[in-house]
Amino acid sequence: MAPTGDTVSLDAARTALSGACDDVREATAADAVDGVPASLVARPASTAEVGEVLRAAAGHELAVVPRGRGTKSTWGRAPERADLVVDLSRMSAVLDHAAGDLVVETQAGALLADVQAVVGTAGQRLALDEPVPGSSIGGTLATNSSGPGRLAVGTARDLLIGVTVVRADGVVARAGGRVVKNVAGYDLGKLVIGSFGTLAVVTEAVFRLHPVAPARQWVTVGVDSAGRAQELAQRVVHSQLVPAAVEVDWPGDGDGGAGSLGVLLEGTPAGVETRTAALTGLLGGGTAAGTAPAGWGRYPWDDDGVTGRATALKATVALSGVAGALDAGRRAATDAGTTLSWRGSAGAGVLYGALPATAGPDAVAAVLGPLRAACAAAGGALVVLDAAPEVEAAVDTWGPVPAIDLMRRVKERFDPERRLAPGRFVGGI
Amino acid sequence: MSVTHGTTTTAGPVPGDTPPEATSATGDAHRHSAGIEAVGRVARAVLPVTGVLSDPTQLRTYECDGLAHYRVTPALVVLPETTEQLAAVVRACAAHGVPFVARGSGTGLSGGALPRADGVLVVTSRMRTIREVRRADQRAVVEPGVINLAVTRAVTGEGYYYAPDPSSQQICSIGGNLAENSGGAHCLKYGFTSNHVLGAELVTPQGDVVALGGLAPDSPGYDLLGTVVGSEGTLGIATTAVVRLVRLPEEVRTLLVGFRSTDDAGAATSAIIGAGIVPAAIEMMDALAIEAAEAAVHCDYPAGAGAVLVIELDGAAVEVEHEYAQVERFCTEHGAFELRPATDAAERALIWKGRKSAFAAVGRISPDYIVQDGVIPRTALPEVLRAIAELSSSSGVRVANVFHAGDGNLHPLVLFDDAQPGAGKAAEQVSGAILDLCINHGGSITGEHGVGVDKAAYMPRMFSDDDLDTMQLVRCAFDPDGISNPGKLFPTPRLCGEVPGKRKHAHPLVEAGLADAF
Ligand SMILES: Cc1cc2nc3c(=O)[nH]c(=O)nc-3n(C[C@H](O)[C@H](O)[C@H](O)COP(=O)(O)OP(=O)(O)OC[C@H]3O[C@@H](n4cnc5c(N)ncnc54)[C@H](O)[C@@H]3O)c2cc1C
Repeated sequence: MAPTGDTVSLDAARTALSGACDDVREATAADAVDGVPASLVARPASTAEVGEVLRAAAGHELAVVPRGRGTKSTWGRAPERADLVVDLSRMSAVLDHAAGDLVVETQAGALLADVQAVVGTAGQRLALDEPVPGSSIGGTLATNSSGPGRLAVGTARDLLIGVTVVRADGVVARAGGRVVKNVAGYDLGKLVIGSFGTLAVVTEAVFRLHPVAPARQWVTVGVDSAGRAQELAQRVVHSQLVPAAVEVDWPGDGDGGAGSLGVLLEGTPAGVETRTAALTGLLGGGTAAGTAPAGWGRYPWDDDGVTGRATALKATVALSGVAGALDAGRRAATDAGTTLSWRGSAGAGVLYGALPATAGPDAVAAVLGPLRAACAAAGGALVVLDAAPEVEAAVDTWGPVPAIDLMRRVKERFDPERRLAPGRFVGGI
Repeated sequence: MSVTHGTTTTAGPVPGDTPPEATSATGDAHRHSAGIEAVGRVARAVLPVTGVLSDPTQLRTYECDGLAHYRVTPALVVLPETTEQLAAVVRACAAHGVPFVARGSGTGLSGGALPRADGVLVVTSRMRTIREVRRADQRAVVEPGVINLAVTRAVTGEGYYYAPDPSSQQICSIGGNLAENSGGAHCLKYGFTSNHVLGAELVTPQGDVVALGGLAPDSPGYDLLGTVVGSEGTLGIATTAVVRLVRLPEEVRTLLVGFRSTDDAGAATSAIIGAGIVPAAIEMMDALAIEAAEAAVHCDYPAGAGAVLVIELDGAAVEVEHEYAQVERFCTEHGAFELRPATDAAERALIWKGRKSAFAAVGRISPDYIVQDGVIPRTALPEVLRAIAELSSSSGVRVANVFHAGDGNLHPLVLFDDAQPGAGKAAEQVSGAILDLCINHGGSITGEHGVGVDKAAYMPRMFSDDDLDTMQLVRCAFDPDGISNPGKLFPTPRLCGEVPGKRKHAHPLVEAGLADAF
């Protein structure tokens, strides 16, 4: 709708949308996307309805932002416009659990927790962690969020075997299927994972499942330096103990150097017991427990919204670069007069950092520079997932992205009018 | 369907078999001859003398891949040694609108590396260096022509291996694996190529060199790497791959189990998976496949078996111990009459030899055969196997079944004798009907061999026009001129149009009815 606020075209758009879907309303302040006010909200009830809604939106040139449950709607950059929020919360059904085939088919608005509850009845799990409680399947896919379990079973890209999407022009398309092994056609699922809603709206997904292990044990050991954390992580990943997760936790407000390394073992009760003994030997100590240590599988930032918005960082590195990134970030934060808390998978090379809400644009920028360089030197990257608007406006949140031209070309083909979450993603996509 | 004639990979076309989209897939030899000459000049300027082939006899050695009944002699073959050389050739192709086809080891079974008569075949066999083994990072950086097994050989000394293990692993290349998203017997537990390639350097169809993914996971931006893996050479040529290295397991147990019937073997498989065990592999062979393997490699499988399972468990020793006891129990409960655990490496190798040589072995019991590759939900196995048996008995065409039972990936081998009139046609029909069975059971027309030229015509049975058009958007983003392995994967040639796709007049080819507008 151009320009926004043009009531005549808004009314026309609203009429068209109401013809496409019976749940269309004016947006409220609560529907704003990362501070950008929305005009309308549509809650379609089926893939076909999403198609109709997007076709109507296309007809009225509306910028569209898909929303699962809104738990990560401030991630990425704020969209340039958000005329229409397409809310998928009515599409919350877990469609089919084929337990014998270890496959689940679900609508994108379903809560990850609901999917887990359904497949859990057969002793199975969708091996995706839920670092932000209350996440939907669609939001999890769009942000490619992951947690400790990624070490052993991977991330959404390793689990998604079929996907239904609706394109900006309202066309419904499927890729993949309902079988684990399948190489027919392009794997569009990979493209939409982590695309922040900028390519298409995901409406349904099919995942492969894993059996729930009968026993779990966490072994936690203190580490007094980043180097020590990496050294121990190396010992574990090069062992034959088959760790399910290797996590580092390094609170910024701790006493200078103290952090911990946590290792999860999964298997049979007897097997886990034997392996736990071997693991404590390998680590030179550690405490074993049948429950996860505090903060396990949660991002290191507060998401309560009370203390103001922390700056949320995601650092990726080759495993030999874990210590370098941890140290570089911590040092830069100290130099900038702030603190950096780290938590993440030291075994997979994915580390999440939190700078407190008190760290302003200058302090954040002062941390980003050296940290980004350390990540790049270790074959990885640093992105700012989330930050207060004034911070987001002042820094390069996505950083340099190789192959950006090719990405732009993909975006141009899928959404030539730049109407899906415009500006939210890398390079202004 | 791959048709293999004679015992391995020789002979001509099946009578009456017309390759789907033969003309579009193979091209017109004369249309681009000026372009070919121009590309040839560039190639000769940047490559060593021996790296550019234009002599017809030499060209002919590249006329087919593992699917030998499609044959096309390429106009030019280049064997670059570096990314720069390869990119220069591709740039020249782009400048002159000349199609190109990448080729690794040419073992593909869907005609993916079938050359174009009007195009250049870019062979990666001189790019075989393992550039880096980064044990600390659990990664290796390899060139595309590196043989799959060579990666494992290079790192076993350090306690590691490369997990995807196609049966062709002694000869197929990492670049070909990447393009086909190849699997192997152990992908049930460890996943496919797409789970093990973390980065790649890609020469785009314009000849640009771009980095996708890398040593670290989750590169910012779209997962173009995930899209390129499995795209069968239609989005450019991979010139480097960053692969994951997997720690060798503490314990491996391999078990050969004889059953009276495939139903019993299938029930045992379901019981194992249902108990939450994820074996490294569960492979099934039926009586006919066993007979062939015996004849070829004397693997000494249990006499009188209607089916065997090859089950492998690996991981931490204590866990494997426990799972092994359960697996033994499930097999016995479901009618296994012989359980033969491998007691040493030699026995393990012999068990696997019977399975891994199964395709070629079928040549011992039939002069000609088709290797089919389809997928069904694992639980549909008994039903689909019965349906295949019915197809076989009603048509008189013998079918040997070899498959990855754990994930429902079937490899029926359809046997025929080309010397008998009509036999090839009948075999084709049975083979096609098996794919229909897979589709009707919610499965896939290919689990690992790819679509290539062979199954392009089947794509519309699995996907709608809108699905295919949407995939085509990706193709158009990477390769708007359609010069990277054209004629493969998609059923009809499509034109990309200009971004943002608001064309005023129909493209001349569309008007002439030669291509669908896209
Ligand atoms: C006996 C036998 C057993 C087999 N067993 C299995 C099996 O268990 N599992 C399985 O998955 N497959 C199997 N295959 C099929 C085949 O080996 C695989 O598809 C393999 O990955 C092909 O590798 P290649 O190097 O021979 O590729 P090629 O046949 O040369 O090419 C295959 C495709 O990849 C493209 N390509 C090649 N290199 C590149 C590159 N660098 N960049 C971009 N595209 C490229 C080609 O254009 C073509 O489309 C088997 C084949 C045979 C003959």
